[in-house]
Amino acid sequence: MSEKTTAKQHHDFLTGNADFEVRSLDAVCLNESELKHPWWYNFKYMITGILFGILLIKAEVISWFRIQEMFRLQSFHMYGVIGSAVVVGIISVWIIKKFHIKTIYGEPIEFVTRKLNKGNVIGGLLFGFGWALTGACPGPLFAQIGTGATATIITLLSAIAGTWTYGVLRDKLPH
Amino acid sequence: MIEWLRQPWPWYVAGPVIGLMVPVLLIIGNKSFGISSSLRHICAACLPSKAPFFNYEWKNEIWNLFLVGGILLGGIIAGQWLSSPDAVQINPKLAAELSSYGISNYNNLVPAELFTWPALLSAKGLILMAGGGFLVGFGTRYAGGCTSGHSIMGLSTLQLPSLVATCCFMAGGFIVANLILPLILKL
Repeated sequence: MSEKTTAKQHHDFLTGNADFEVRSLDAVCLNESELKHPWWYNFKYMITGILFGILLIKAEVISWFRIQEMFRLQSFHMYGVIGSAVVVGIISVWIIKKFHIKTIYGEPIEFVTRKLNKGNVIGGLLFGFGWALTGACPGPLFAQIGTGATATIITLLSAIAGTWTYGVLRDKLPH
Repeated sequence: MIEWLRQPWPWYVAGPVIGLMVPVLLIIGNKSFGISSSLRHICAACLPSKAPFFNYEWKNEIWNLFLVGGILLGGIIAGQWLSSPDAVQINPKLAAELSSYGISNYNNLVPAELFTWPALLSAKGLILMAGGGFLVGFGTRYAGGCTSGHSIMGLSTLQLPSLVATCCFMAGGFIVANLILPLILKL
């Protein structure tokens, strides 16, 4: 099946699949693959995560102090990290599109264009407030706990509570 | 080698490697890089709710939970074996400002005076950890992504919502760090 999935079929999967539609609500990061693999295939993502976690810590990206410097324009560090990451990301995506690079399982890679909504602004500001207070975006929340600052488990649990509250109130919020 | 690994890594090493997360996840399994959705999957998997927002096949997104589990393990590995013996070098202006609030310990990634279990009993600690965490969870989902989903993945694919969201993340951070946080730290 994987060998034969055409770009058209994959596009239909991404646009005409109710479960995928619900999963893609308010989410950028998604599993866009149609393939079903045994659960232990997921360990490759865990390895990627381990490398990412080490990177976040060694680059001090998750340091509360570095975040405060960034929001006071006192250091170039964070701007350099995010800026160079975006440049590498843009070039990579351009190469994937240009050469129609497929996944290691032969699936086509498609990028779904997303629509702007009010949540991008309101939610973005609220997240910015939280970022400045905790010094952490969601990735660092997990890494901070790992470094031994165990009280940040409370930060993570509060973030889960925040997400749950959003999900329950979603229909009443402007989008 | 270990000596080099133990030092803080410069932005021009860390940034490009973080950027490589985008093609790596796409190529090994057609996954769009992002982290905040893991919080939603945890809700869908663990917390009962009738909200349609949490009623989907979360097992299809279990890769994301493996990814964040890995980040937690990466934190443990870096903290145990790769940590730098020196304190974080911060801008003297920030150091002066923080010392006026009684923060002078730069040995951890988070200030030891603020992010501890006993600090949770103080208004300051509670606002920073519980209040800040709530805003992170609520805001990222409302915005549709976080720094990784919008600012890295979304900008890499040239999505307009991601550019708007990233600008709002920064605006919100500037407002709170400069105007609100000083008031909280004075509590």
